[in-house]
Amino acid sequence: MSAPVPATDPTLGAVRHHEPPGDPGAHEHGRDVGSIDGAPVSVHLTDVAVGYEDRPVLEDLDLVLAAGSLTAIVGPNGGGKSTLLKLIAGLLAPWTGSIEVLGGPPGRYARSVAYVPQAEAVDWSFPVAARDVVMMGRFPRLGPLRRPGAGDHAAVSAALEQVGMAELAGRQIGALSGGQRRRVFLARALAAKPDLYLLDEPVTGVDHATHVDLMAVLDAEARAGKTVIASTHDLASAAHHFRSIVAINRTIVAHGDADLVLDPDVLLRTYGGHLLFLGDRAVLLDDAHHHDEAPGGEVHHHEDGGGAGRRRS
Amino acid sequence: MSLVVDPLQYEFFVRALAASILVGLVCAVVGTYMVLRGLAFMGDALSHAAFPGVVAAYLLKAPFHVGAAIAAIGTALAIGWITRRGRLRSDTTIGVLFAGMFALGVFLFSTIQNYVGDLFGFLFGEVLGISGTDLAAVAVLSVLVLGTVTVLWKELLYSTFDPLAAAASGLPVAALEYLFLGLIALTIVISLQAVGIILVVAMLVTPAATAQLVADRFSRLMAIAIAVGTLAPIAGLYLSFWTNTASGALIVLVETAAFLVALALGPRTGLLRARRRTTSA
Repeated sequence: MSAPVPATDPTLGAVRHHEPPGDPGAHEHGRDVGSIDGAPVSVHLTDVAVGYEDRPVLEDLDLVLAAGSLTAIVGPNGGGKSTLLKLIAGLLAPWTGSIEVLGGPPGRYARSVAYVPQAEAVDWSFPVAARDVVMMGRFPRLGPLRRPGAGDHAAVSAALEQVGMAELAGRQIGALSGGQRRRVFLARALAAKPDLYLLDEPVTGVDHATHVDLMAVLDAEARAGKTVIASTHDLASAAHHFRSIVAINRTIVAHGDADLVLDPDVLLRTYGGHLLFLGDRAVLLDDAHHHDEAPGGEVHHHEDGGGAGRRRS
Repeated sequence: MSLVVDPLQYEFFVRALAASILVGLVCAVVGTYMVLRGLAFMGDALSHAAFPGVVAAYLLKAPFHVGAAIAAIGTALAIGWITRRGRLRSDTTIGVLFAGMFALGVFLFSTIQNYVGDLFGFLFGEVLGISGTDLAAVAVLSVLVLGTVTVLWKELLYSTFDPLAAAASGLPVAALEYLFLGLIALTIVISLQAVGIILVVAMLVTPAATAQLVADRFSRLMAIAIAVGTLAPIAGLYLSFWTNTASGALIVLVETAAFLVALALGPRTGLLRARRRTTSA
């Protein structure tokens, strides 16, 4: 399923290139990729639909993200943020359409992909210390039989240092605070030295200092040419810390630069009835009781009163 | 002194000691991953599922290891496959297949007209009767299981702790899961003669569970599980020899005692610690 020849027919499973295939800058590490403004295409979804069992979650996805982009995926609960990340990570196969990641089908260059799951997906009582978790990031490139060597230990120490966790490296993960846990998981991703970061809610529920620190690390990675894609609930964070935004609700509602989330029209189409307008300010009602409703684009109003959920602006 | 040395004069005792120490070692290693993966119930299911294989092998005059291995591995793969395909939770699938396979074993067993004491040994364990050939089979299978875990310990650990991140970074998580189910099945085959179908699950789960009470690092957890898993058979066999009682049951009882001691003294769950806290309050 490699795509050495640009195809115009998406049903062939190949990707439509934005640039002619002769572009020498598009050939990195022997991978044939397209490019946007000189930066190689890192993630390319064409007409993708996906769901669980027979329930569709995301449909009509077309998305191109360049290497070096720092992208936030925003949208309501149940809107498909985690699903989109799993698609790109190769953890879910699309029902239809084609996906190209780092110049191959999802999974082909898996060792260059670091995925960080939501904190809720992790068993924090697991008998590992912070350092052990970060070392796991090195396992895929080591392969069976080889034990971690000096280079791996150096990479782990450097990653722990980068996220400010060197001091607590020996602590069992369950004994760490929420913010420290997110730091450790980002360190594991860093230690893998990936080209693509896929982070599911990396800064949700963390303290301000951790938020700023982690985003600074991700910003630096993106500036070094790595692709960073993170889902977030926090629209203020998305606007301040990311350089591009993908707003999704069952499909891609909008894709643009960071001030996209300040556009009331985009917000209304993304969050539908969960949005409250107070003067010229939009207030998002994070309504955890109403996922899995409201197909994309549909605006509806919840009238169950009580202003359910926490407020975010 | 002679209490300890005397039994060693008997070849059957030495064979039983060697076999049960090997079984304890393999069970502790596989059981550590099993407990961390939340597969304790799977261990119980696969041991019962091995029963029809043992009876069928008896009827066909084939080696019981082969029959048990086919039945246990087949059931392990079927559970994995049905769970991935169907809309059933894995514990539901396990419950169905576990009882179904054991019923098949009981049915086959009831078709045998004459008395078959050998087969009762597989239910409750009869390690003191293990033959040289069976010991050799245990040794070969133990090397196979331990060798596989030695090669893949990192991959098994990562895919146990964070299967999504492991899969996204290229580890074949589904294949590792099937392989691990196969390792559980083989471990059960190895353990059948030592402790029997009904008690195998204790050999798998109790050493790792004991270790979990006192260790919070994977390497220490594994080391403590191995210590419990290899020392308990020694104590259990001597107790069995001295008192002329069931060996498999005593091995399991020693492990259970170790668990209770860890529960009472462990740094986190310790009852003593809880009492100290209440008395100081």
